[in-house]
Amino acid sequence: MNFDWSVLISAFPDLMQGLQVTLLIAFSGLAGGIVFGVVAGVALEYGGRISNALAHVYVALIRGTPIVVQVMFIFFALPLIAGIRISSIDAAIITIIINSGAYNAEIIRGALNSVPIGIQEAGLAMGLSFPAVLAHIIAPLAFRRSLPAMGNQLVNVVKDTSIFIVIGVGELTRRGQEVMAENFRSVEIWSEVAAIYFVVISAFALGLRLLERRVRLP
Amino acid sequence: MIEFRQTTKSFGDHVVLQPTELSVKSGEVAVIIGPSGSGKSTMLRCVNALEKINGGDLLVNGISVLGSPADVRQIRRQAGMVFQQFNLFPNLTALQNVMFGSIRVKKYSKSEAQEVAETLLGKVGLFERKNHYPSQLSGGQQQRVAIARALAVQPRLMLFDEPTSALDPELRQEVMKVMQTLATEGMTMMVVTHEMHFARQVGSRLIFMEDGRVIHDGEPAALLSSPPSERFHNFLRHVQ
Repeated sequence: MNFDWSVLISAFPDLMQGLQVTLLIAFSGLAGGIVFGVVAGVALEYGGRISNALAHVYVALIRGTPIVVQVMFIFFALPLIAGIRISSIDAAIITIIINSGAYNAEIIRGALNSVPIGIQEAGLAMGLSFPAVLAHIIAPLAFRRSLPAMGNQLVNVVKDTSIFIVIGVGELTRRGQEVMAENFRSVEIWSEVAAIYFVVISAFALGLRLLERRVRLP
Repeated sequence: MIEFRQTTKSFGDHVVLQPTELSVKSGEVAVIIGPSGSGKSTMLRCVNALEKINGGDLLVNGISVLGSPADVRQIRRQAGMVFQQFNLFPNLTALQNVMFGSIRVKKYSKSEAQEVAETLLGKVGLFERKNHYPSQLSGGQQQRVAIARALAVQPRLMLFDEPTSALDPELRQEVMKVMQTLATEGMTMMVVTHEMHFARQVGSRLIFMEDGRVIHDGEPAALLSSPPSERFHNFLRHVQ
């Protein structure tokens, strides 16, 4: 077969529109997932009986089911149960936040747990309240310890957005499929889609590595 | 200043501190010695409520460790603590470590906190090292920064939990010199240690513990020169 380079150019605007949707979902997932992860992670590590149990159930439910099933449930089943209609893009964003939040929670719990107890006691012994110790002493250290694992997880969030093709969200993978359905140039289109993902994810990974280096302790 | 009133502490079934009566007055330097597992560190940690007592009461400047969380914070602000493992904040420089309490606890401005911190670092002989991180300092230097950090909150008494036990012998002297200076300035101190020289030279009181009990409590030179019990005598033979 011959590789038609002009297909790459003609498909590019469509794929860029798809990339915009991918990035919208990914950044919502990153931001929301970090919020969910911090709340659930703190509950896992320091929570009382009830908040701890709730966080455990949340993490177990999300990690124990595939993300495709989760988004199907939120998009198709939830409207029937709760009577609320949501758009496919909203369903995708909600799913990615809830899903990545559960994985982040375990990472954050581990990072909080890794801060030596003596360092926490040093803060308490000065007369700080525990929330103040958590915010000013534990958090900066736990943040550093969580970075390698969080970086991994954040890259997964970007890749997981391609799953939302199943509910018809016009993200990058879906756009690729649509273009291909018109011109039947599967080699060119999937090469181009893969290259776009690769560039975006490499940029993410590089940014995270630079951040890690910036906050590294001597 | 510190009053133990039938104070008891146990972990599960294990009683670590038997009902204890003890009072430390303002300006005293109480040195606590005894075999490991005798309850010395636990007793010290009860004073600033890092360990919750199970029985009796314990008052620091008239405030009970059994009081509200605000009472406990008040006690902790009045009682500086120095740990065996230093426990400096590894993400902060020496200067920032010492400034931390001024800013977060005393609510000083950054420039006020820096002034206090630089004075204190000078006092422990580490002004030139102020921009070093803990990992770039020797153990003895780290412990001196930890003492300066505790002093920055302007405590009325200082608790030392085996401050030289994690240090090489040649580094212990620099830490003990700083502690000696503090004692000379009239700071009330409780010191858990194995350093008999320190007990003899700096201590105004020597407390010997065994199995969670205070066995002897008296003037250091007198106790050390004529040990009042066989057990104390044997203990001294082992540490010296």
